[in-house]
Amino acid sequence: MTTLDPKTLAQELRGDILRMTHAAKSGHPGGSLSIADVLAVLYARFLSHRPAEPDWPDRDRLVLSKGHAAPALYSAMARTGYFPVEQLLTLRKLGSPLQGHPDRLRLPGIEASTGSLGQGLSMAIGMALAARMDRRDSHVWCLLGDGELQEGQVWEAAMSAPKFKLGNLTAIVDLNGYQIDGSVSEVMDIEPIADKFRAFRWEVCSINGHDLAQIEEALRNAKKRRELPLAILARTVKGKGVSFMEGGCEWHGKAPNSSELAQALEEVSRG
Amino acid sequence: MAKATRAAFGEALVRLANTVPELVVLDADLAKSTMTADFMKKHPDRHFEIGIAEQNMIGIAAGLALSGKIPVAASFACFLVGRLETIRVAVAYTGANVKLAGTHAGIGIGDDGASQMGLEDVAALRALPGMTVLQPADELETNGAVEWMLRHRGPVYIRLTRQKLPEVHKPGYRFQMGVADAVYEPAKKPETHLQATVFASGGTVGEAVAAAEDLGKRGFLVRVMNAGTLHPFDADAAVRAAADSQRIVTVEDHNVTGGLGSAVCEALAERGTPVPVVRLGVREFGESGESAELYARHGISAGHIAEACLRNLG
Repeated sequence: MTTLDPKTLAQELRGDILRMTHAAKSGHPGGSLSIADVLAVLYARFLSHRPAEPDWPDRDRLVLSKGHAAPALYSAMARTGYFPVEQLLTLRKLGSPLQGHPDRLRLPGIEASTGSLGQGLSMAIGMALAARMDRRDSHVWCLLGDGELQEGQVWEAAMSAPKFKLGNLTAIVDLNGYQIDGSVSEVMDIEPIADKFRAFRWEVCSINGHDLAQIEEALRNAKKRRELPLAILARTVKGKGVSFMEGGCEWHGKAPNSSELAQALEEVSRG
Repeated sequence: MAKATRAAFGEALVRLANTVPELVVLDADLAKSTMTADFMKKHPDRHFEIGIAEQNMIGIAAGLALSGKIPVAASFACFLVGRLETIRVAVAYTGANVKLAGTHAGIGIGDDGASQMGLEDVAALRALPGMTVLQPADELETNGAVEWMLRHRGPVYIRLTRQKLPEVHKPGYRFQMGVADAVYEPAKKPETHLQATVFASGGTVGEAVAAAEDLGKRGFLVRVMNAGTLHPFDADAAVRAAADSQRIVTVEDHNVTGGLGSAVCEALAERGTPVPVVRLGVREFGESGESAELYARHGISAGHIAEACLRNLG
């Protein structure tokens, strides 16, 4: 297993995301790079799990509701020992457990099959309810996209989590500002997003999703005992770490070619 | 005694609560109608009221299942199947051990009218890999189906009626998943061919038995098969029936496309079984009226079944 220093892990995630989507000639680098720092801190410091025993009943659950960011999740899993790092390059290939979007039945360690946006938070609520019934310390993390918040089911779920007083549930929203057809504010504005979660009776915490210290503090607070679910609103940059991918929606669902990959890896390795 | 299968279902959940400790029940503001209200009262810590938010209910049920619970999520059939995308990904594709209970099946619900009638649920849900689709016809079968569904690991859809249904099974009957059973068998010599074998399910089984009894009095030999499992369908039963019947009649309180009639035709065609099939089913959206009136108006009553058994097919 490689180091679990969040900064190094984030760098590894970025390199993997670029290599994987390049090898697959498709995939979603933009929204994977934007959550790399959050996932790195989560996997390096806070996710309670046993990669060698993926069905350990007391583990934390991570539901990647924005399933198109699968490359980031696969990389975090490989780098923490779920499967060999070399396997990452099988992304999207026939027969690979690394499907285009996460598939629980093909890859041990995936908690829920996602990719149809808007469904993950409901599933995370079910897991949090079960953990409480069974008196387990498991924390449930749900990672959502900002465009995804346009799905109505997210708000059905948001309404229900405080009713059940799910203090063991944390939703992290990756506010990278862009979706396939344009900026989130142009396509269908979701702001004021903190007010919306507060109105639904969530605790809310807003951070810079690329500031490792802020992420660390937010995740540490998330694991403290509390009465209500917590929404961490992480402001991020789509394509973060690669100059020509940053901002905009051009790199939402496009893979780098070989020369783009070389430049991107060079930039990412400089950190 | 006649009983609605939703009522038998609700009683079965209460009865099985102690033997299946992982059982939890979810409702979307219809517990009184889905008949899970008694479970809710007796086991408040194992019941989750999600409010009028079916897709959230289904997703929460999936999460509970993925953490080892055996959730039964109940609503009207039409409201469940309306959230097909959530059922498809969060339940079926994820492989979550969720039991979906769709009550108020078909036009048999009567006066609430078309928007409350589940008429396309079987067609949609039997297209999902790994999904089992059950439709019991009376109390005895409902008991067995609910017990089986809670033991089975994998997603199940159970389709239940609002209206009371007559007993069509004898005491001692045991539910077998995937097996269609004869609920009416006319006495005949081995070499004699039947006029027809009728395949019915749920609300139409009693109608089919009434038709067969009536035809029997008039000298026609008709068998009634109860398809308590709609998916996977008992193809062997259809082929066996075709071997000694001049025709097959199917009758369902569901749209005529994609349900029981389709399953029977698929089975017969794929086995190369040359036999005429008459499909009776609903072809419109339904409407308000009494249950019996609607069965008559939409062509799935005992009278229509008898006519379909004798109709000149030329």
